Amino acid sequence: MSAARVEHATPASRVGVVLCGLALAVLAAAPLWGDRQDLRLLAEIYAYVALASLWNLLAGYAGLVSVGQQAYVGLGAYLLFGLTMLAGIHPLLAIPLAGLIGAMVALPVAALIFRLRGHYFAIGTWVIAEVFRLIASQVSALGGGSGISLPIAIVTSIGASRQEREFIIYWLALAILVAVLVAIFTLLRSRYGLALTAIRDNELAARSNGIDVTRVKLIVYLVTALGTSMMGALIFLQKLRVSPDTAFSVNDWTAFVIFITVIGGIGRIEGPLIGTIVFFALRQTLADLGSLYLLMLGAVAIVVMLKAPKGIWGFVVDRFGWQLLPLERRLTGAS
Amino acid sequence: MTAWLNIVVQGVLVGGLYAMFAAGLSLIFGVMRLVNIAHGDLIVLAAYLALVATETLGVNPLVSLIVVVPLMALIGYALQRGVLNRTLGPDLLPPLLVTFGLSVIIQNGLLELFTADSRKLQAGAIEVDSIQVAGISVGTLPLIQFAVAVAVIAALQFMFYRTATGRAFRATSDDQAVAQLVGLDNRHVFALAMAVSLAVVAIAGVFLAVRANFDPAIGPARLIFGFEAVIIGGLGSMWGTLAGGIILGVAQAIGAEIDPGWQLLAGHLAFLAILAVRPEGLLPKVQA
Repeated sequence: MSAARVEHATPASRVGVVLCGLALAVLAAAPLWGDRQDLRLLAEIYAYVALASLWNLLAGYAGLVSVGQQAYVGLGAYLLFGLTMLAGIHPLLAIPLAGLIGAMVALPVAALIFRLRGHYFAIGTWVIAEVFRLIASQVSALGGGSGISLPIAIVTSIGASRQEREFIIYWLALAILVAVLVAIFTLLRSRYGLALTAIRDNELAARSNGIDVTRVKLIVYLVTALGTSMMGALIFLQKLRVSPDTAFSVNDWTAFVIFITVIGGIGRIEGPLIGTIVFFALRQTLADLGSLYLLMLGAVAIVVMLKAPKGIWGFVVDRFGWQLLPLERRLTGAS
Repeated sequence: MTAWLNIVVQGVLVGGLYAMFAAGLSLIFGVMRLVNIAHGDLIVLAAYLALVATETLGVNPLVSLIVVVPLMALIGYALQRGVLNRTLGPDLLPPLLVTFGLSVIIQNGLLELFTADSRKLQAGAIEVDSIQVAGISVGTLPLIQFAVAVAVIAALQFMFYRTATGRAFRATSDDQAVAQLVGLDNRHVFALAMAVSLAVVAIAGVFLAVRANFDPAIGPARLIFGFEAVIIGGLGSMWGTLAGGIILGVAQAIGAEIDPGWQLLAGHLAFLAILAVRPEGLLPKVQA
C-alpha cells in the first residue's frame, strides 16, 4: 500500500499548461504578426480578462460580490494622471505605484464596507465608487468634471515613435495580465487558496475549522484593488484621456466584467477567459445595435444564472472533467 | 438663521421621497433577504409609465397613480413569481446578479423606447404653489409628497403588524420552512411582498417625475439613496427608514448650500459616517 498523495495536475491540466505557454509565446510576438488594430483589440481583451479574473477572485472565491470595482479602475486612472502630471513621475513607474496606492486606499474602505453583510455589501461598494467619482470631478487640477488629456511630453516619454509606444503599451498589458493571473494562481495554490475554496463552499464550516474568514477576505479585497488599480492606470494610459464618467463607468468596468465572468463560469479560474472570448465575439458582431446589445447581454446573463449558474466552463467541467490549470487537489495513491 | 432653517426644511421634505425609495427596498429585504439592484430602475420605469399615462389619458400625474400603482404591483408579482423566486436560496450571488441584469435591461429598454432625453411630468399650478410658515416658504407639492411618504410608511407599518398579509410576511421572514409547514405558500407570499414593494416604488416614481427631470440613466443613484436611507435608519425598521431618508435629504441640502458640487457627496459622507460610528443604524430592528 502506497502513501496517499495530494496531486494538483491532471492529464488535461498538463495539456492546458503547455497550451498556455504556447499561447503566451504567440501573443508576446503579436507586434510581429499583427497590425495596429489587432494590438489595440488584444490589449483591450487582456484588460477585460484581468478585470474579470480579479472580480471572479473577489466574488466567485471570497464571496465578496462587488458592483463597485469601477472605483479602483477609476482610482488607478486618476492616480496615473495625477502622478505623471502633478508629481512628474514616469508613466511606466506610475502604473505599479497606482496599484500600491490603490491597495492602500482599499484598506480603510474595507474597514467601512466590511461592516455591511452579503447583499448590502454589494451596494456599499457602489456608494464607494460614487464617492470616488464625485471626488475626482472636484479635482480641478485634473480637469474636474470634464476630464483632461495626457500632455504630449508625458506621452512621448514612454517612447519616441508612435509604433514604439504602441508596442510598449501592448507588452505592458500582456505583462500585467500575466502578473494578475500568476498572482491569482499562486494565491489559489497556497493555503489561502484552500481557505478560499472552503469559504466558497461553506463559510460557516470554514469558520468552525479555524479559518480566519475576515482576514482571508481582506487579503483578497486588497489584492483585487491592487490589480484593478494597475489595470485601470494602463487602460487610461492607452486612452490618453480621463474623465470621471469614463473612469468610473459602471457599465464598462463592472457590468461587462460581471457578464463576462457569469457567462464564462464564476468560481473557476478559466471562466473569465472563456467569458471574454464570448463577450468580444458578440461585441464584434452585435455592437452596432447599441443599447439593444446591452439589453441582450443582460438577458443572457440572467438566463445563464438561472439555467446554468456555473457558466460555460462549469458545464465543460461537469461534462468532461477538464481543467486548464492544475488547481484542484486530488487524492491519489491511496488504496 | 432663517436661511439655514429653510435649507433644513427643504432637506426634510426631500427626505420623504428618499424614505419612499427606501421603504420598498427594506420591505423585500425584511421578508425574503433579497436586495433588488434594479430597485432604482423600477422607480424610473414607474416614472415613464406615469409619463405614458398622462400623455395618453391627458390626466394630472397625481391622478395617473390610479393606473401606475396597480400596474407596478402586477409587474412586481409577475417578476417575483416568474424570475426572482428561482434565485432565492442560501447562495447570495443569483439574486444579486439577476437583479443586476434586470437593471441593465430596464435602463437600456427605456433608452430604446424613450431616448436619453430628460423628461418631466407637469402637475400644473400645484407645482409652484407655496405656503408661508414662520417666515419660510414651503412648496405645496413637496409638502404633499412628504405627507404621502409618512402615510405610506404608516400604512406599511400597519400592514406589517396588524393584517393577515403582514403576519404572513413576518412569519416567512422569521423562518421560511416553518411558515410553509403551517400552510403558507412562500412563492405567493414573496410575490405579494414584491407587489407591495413596487406599489410603493410607483408612488415614489411619480413624485420623483413631478419634482425633477428624469432620464433612463438615473435609476442607480435612486437605488443608492434608498439603500443609504435604509442603513442610516437601521435595517428592518420602517420609521427608521423615514429618519434615514430625512437625514440624507438634510445632508444633501446642506452640502448643496456649501457648494453645488457637494450635494451628493455630502449625502454619501453622512452615510459613511453613520456606517463608521453606528453600523447598526439609528433605529435597528432585525439582525440581518
